[in-house]
This record gives sequence, structure tokens and C-alpha cells, in this order.
Amino acid sequence: MDITTTSPDYSSYPINKNLSSEEKIDLYRLVCRMRRFEQGTQKPYSQGKMGGFLHLYIGQESVAAGTISLCGENDHVITAYRCHAHALACGMEMNECMAELFGKYSGCSKGKGGSMHFFAPDKNFWGGHGIVAGQTPLGLGLAYGVKYKGLKGCCICYLGDGAINQGAFHESLNIAELHNIPVIYVIENNGYSMGTSQNRSSAYKNCLAQRADAYDMQWDIVNGEDLYEVRAKTQIAIDRAHNECKPTILEITTYRYYGHSVADANHKKYRTPEEITKYKEDHDPVNLWKQRLIDEGILTEESAKQIDTEAKQEAAASVKFAEEAENPTVESIFDDVYWEVDNDTEAGNTGRHFFND
Amino acid sequence: MREIEYRHALREAFDEELERDENVVIMGEEVAQYNGAYKVTQGLWEKWGDKRIVDTPISEAGFIGMGIGASMLGVRPVMELMFWSFHSVAFDQLVNNAANVRYMSGGKCNCPIVVRGPANGGTNVGATHSHTPEGLFSAFPGLKVVSPATPADAKGLMKSAIRDNDPVYFMESTLLYGMKGDVPDPADGDFVIPLGVADIKREGTDVTLVAHGQSVIKTLEAAEILQNEHGISAEVVDLRSIRPLDQDAIINSVKKTSRAVIVDESKPFCGVSAQLITLIQEYAFDYLDAPIKRVNSLDAPAIYSPAIEHEQLPSAKKIIDKVLSIMPAKA
Repeated sequence: MDITTTSPDYSSYPINKNLSSEEKIDLYRLVCRMRRFEQGTQKPYSQGKMGGFLHLYIGQESVAAGTISLCGENDHVITAYRCHAHALACGMEMNECMAELFGKYSGCSKGKGGSMHFFAPDKNFWGGHGIVAGQTPLGLGLAYGVKYKGLKGCCICYLGDGAINQGAFHESLNIAELHNIPVIYVIENNGYSMGTSQNRSSAYKNCLAQRADAYDMQWDIVNGEDLYEVRAKTQIAIDRAHNECKPTILEITTYRYYGHSVADANHKKYRTPEEITKYKEDHDPVNLWKQRLIDEGILTEESAKQIDTEAKQEAAASVKFAEEAENPTVESIFDDVYWEVDNDTEAGNTGRHFFND
Repeated sequence: MREIEYRHALREAFDEELERDENVVIMGEEVAQYNGAYKVTQGLWEKWGDKRIVDTPISEAGFIGMGIGASMLGVRPVMELMFWSFHSVAFDQLVNNAANVRYMSGGKCNCPIVVRGPANGGTNVGATHSHTPEGLFSAFPGLKVVSPATPADAKGLMKSAIRDNDPVYFMESTLLYGMKGDVPDPADGDFVIPLGVADIKREGTDVTLVAHGQSVIKTLEAAEILQNEHGISAEVVDLRSIRPLDQDAIINSVKKTSRAVIVDESKPFCGVSAQLITLIQEYAFDYLDAPIKRVNSLDAPAIYSPAIEHEQLPSAKKIIDKVLSIMPAKA
């Protein structure tokens, strides 16, 4: 797909026009931090200091940065397993995130979740979920909860292009439209459901988001490499959720440079090296935003480099923090299973909850 | 004391909890305008309206997942599965999300939901509608599983389940919905039965019979016959909740009687009965005078045939036969 031409100037949309220079620079800082955080995981992962899976978001940063930059007090975020960037966009710190990757007790989930399960409910970030599309009914429920409590808010629920073929997603779409639930499903379409291209995994007409038509739901398709466009179109969906309590599907086209996970050994076989190079050179969201801000006279090459260097240093410091952090104890395995047990309530102390010999 | 039906007792629990806590919401297929497939929620929609009593499409994964997500924000959904047998289409939500979200978030999320509905055989509805998944869900740490046998227990346990801050899977029986029993009058105060406390439904000295759910009724019937026709004094321990489990009640009874028969409608392999037997052998081995026995459903998918299905399920006769097989021969 080549999506570089003839789009309107989204920078003139009110939501973007009202951005201060400082806010624009903050967005640049954020996308740099997302990228540097994940690049910082590469060495320790290859050294075996992290376990399990590691799904990198590199190449997609503008999607999480742009959409989450619009969220207010009663707007919630939930995503799948490629969750590091969303966590940072919601305001989580690199240290707690890196420590979680290392499986340390000071990790955001006390070393119980790992790469796919970052959480910060205090920042309206509800994970980090490992099963493809398993989070889509949860996002529906968060939005339902906002509405139930009479608040003007929404939930942005992210999913990949592979997740759109799960039944739970379709059940959620039907309920969302039927019950007027302010959920925004953002399909982050990076073109591949693991190693299967969009054309080999999905039957669709024109684009994936158009499936919303079947539910009489509003939808839009967004060029994800342009932060202004991401923000402009997402704001329309947020307004719809806030003002009309109606759901939206946004399909945001994007690209991941790495494999499905770090363990994806085939990712240069199911797509050509030229394809990857083309995206890196012509469509990289971090570079494009930097260039945009330079063109606007807000950034210089030097100031941009300074921001990037700081992000890199922050990531390196988080690796050091994580390396030195304490592991969880064996005893902590039994924490966080039952609320009533953790809180030492009468219910938590009645009957046997755990069945170890 | 007044007598009311099991379904009425449940309805009273919902009504009282809807009144007590504005975050309680009843969801499910046909629970509102249709008044519930088994009339458990009859009249609630008329009284509480669309916000509190929500009809959902036939989308178990969708609406149970929705309830889980809402519970993370403090809503307290009570979700009906028209049959617990339909758990299979919502399994990812019931297990991966409800049971694990607290754990995987390091305790940052919690999931105060109740999922409820009938889980029983004996109504000739075939294998796909006759599952008894108490043991299945009890095998997932993070979940709680409750299975009441009487109207009073149904009400008291449901109120506890709704107030509990963990996911509680509440398994009822279509055969018990019409059963009447004594339930305290609401005017006499808040009637709550804690999870994790078994009830000695009949005291005895010769053998311990452990059961839950509708098997309790059959077990009580068997105990009566054992006493009257065989002079055997059977103690009936009704688990009421499977997890958390009142282990002390079971072990204390077995220590007293030295014999145990587990009556469990679920299948024998890796079921509730298997777990109970391992606990009894571990904690009361030296007190046993006979092997622990059990009465389960016959180990095959539930047969449809109305003439035969009852033969597949535990019955008073099977319980009696099993007890007699471990009693000392009469001189």
C-alpha cells in the first residue's frame, strides 16, 4: 500500500492547530522514548536476561502516541500484547516497564505479567493482554463502565489486523452498537497477522474497518504515519463517543520493522527486505514527525538529536535499574490471586483458597 | 420461617443487592423483558429498569468479557449463563481474563463479578447442555466456585458472592429452581452465608457423605433410607462452596465416622470428588477404616434418553450401595 499522496492537511484541524510547540515537542519526545525503550530491550533480551515473548512496536509509534495524546480524565486505554508504547504514552515510567520485562518485583506487574501485561489502572491503562482479541470485550466493558457511572468518556481498545477475525471482536462490535457504548476500536493494521499477510488472512471489501458497516457502526481509515492525521481522525471518534455515546472503528495503517515477536525468525521471508527498507526510509513515523517539526521551525536537527539522546539514556538507565532490581520471592506467587485474601478480609480467611500439599 | 422456591430465593438476593449497591447490574440472555429463561429474574426488569437489568445478545464471550471489563472500573455485574454448559463459548473470558487479570497486573486490577446459571444433568437435554463444570473452574486459582443445594443457601451464598471482590462462579440447578425451602424473612435482617463454610445437613456417626448442589438432595434421601432400613447413621456434609473449600468440616466429619463416600454429579476423572479424596487421604488417613468411595455420573457424555439418563446420574440407590460396600459385615 502506498498512502503518501493527496491527503488533506490535518495540521489545520482544530485539535492540531491548538497544539502548542511544547506539546508537539512532547510528542516527539514520546515517540523517541517508545523507540529507544524497545531498542534498549534488544541486548538484554539476546543475553537471556528476559524470558518469553517480546513483541516490538517499532515502526508503529505514531499510532499510540497520537491517539493517546487525546485522552482525558475519563478516557481509558486497553490493548493487546504489543503494549510497551501504549504504556509509555499513558504515562508509565521506563523503569517499571523495563523491570517488568526482566521479571523483577519492582516491575509494573511485580514480575507476574511480563512483556505482554503492563498495567497502570491509575493512569487509565488496563493492559497489556496476551490472547488475540481477548481484550476486545474488556474494552467494551470499560466503556460500558464509564457510561454506567454517568461519565463523559470512552475506551480506546487497540487490536491488530489479525485480531479482527476473532469471534469475541464481532460479538463486541454488535453489543457496542446495539447498546450505544462509547468504545473506539483502533485496528493497528501493520499488514501481517504474525506471518500471514492481510490478503491471506482476512476477507474484506476495500478495507478492514469497513466491516463496521455490517453493524451500522461509524468507521474511518487513517494513515498512521502522520501524527496529525491520527489525532484529527481519532478526535472525531472521541467526540462521537463523548457526545453521542456511539462506538467507532478506526483502521490505522502502520508497519512494524521487526518480526511478530523477537522470536519470529521468518519475518524477512514472509515479506521482502525491500519492503521493510522502504518503510524505514519513506514512512518512518518518528522521522516524519521530526521533519515536520523542523519544517515548522519548532525543532532543529540538533534539538531533535538532543531529545533522542536523552531518550536513549533514559532507556539505558532503565536497563540498569531493571538489572539491579530484586526478583520476586517464591512467597509472592500467592499474592494477587484473590482480592479477599490479599486484603486479609473475613472472606479471605474463610475456607481453603490454595491447595498445595 | 417462610417457605419459598429456590428461584425466588435467588431473585430476592438480587433484589436486595440491587437495592444495597447501585453498582450491581444483572446481565444476560433473556434476563430482563423475558423475565429469565427459568424465571429466576422475574419482575426485576419491571422494578429496576433497563440500566440495572440488561438483556444481552446471544454472545457469551462478548457480554461476559464486557462485564469483566466493567468490573475493573467498579461495576459489579451478575451475569447469567442460561446454562453453565455455554461456558465453552466464553472460556477465554472466564478463565484468561476473569481469573488472571488481577494476578497479571500484580494486583492492580480486580474483578468483582458473579457468573451464574444452572449446571446439572437430569433433564434430558443431552450432552452439550448437561455439563457440571464445578471442578473445571475450581482448578483455576483466582476463581471461586459455589453450588448451593437449598433455597436458603442459594440466597445467602448469592448475597455473599455479589459482595465478594473476586470472581465467583455460581452453579445452580434447573431441577432445584422449583424446590421450596425455609428462607429467613428479609424483615428479620440481612441473611448472608459466607463462602467457604460447609453445612452439616444431617448429623451421623457411621459414615460421612460429602456432596454439593443437587446431589445433596439425593444424598439426604439416601441417608434417610440408610438409617431406616440399614441402621446406618450417615453424616451429610454439604460443601456449598467448592473453592474456597471448608476442608475442616470434611476432615472433622471423616475423623468422626472413619468412612467417606463422595457424591459428585460431575465426571470422576479429575473432578471435585478426586480432589476431595486426595485431601481426605492426606489429612485423615490414619482415621480411615475403609477405602474412600465415590458416586459420580457414569463416565461418558450425558445421554439424552429420558428412560436412561437417570441411570447415568448419582441416585439414592447408588449412594446406598456404595455405603454398604464399605460398611463392616454384620455378624
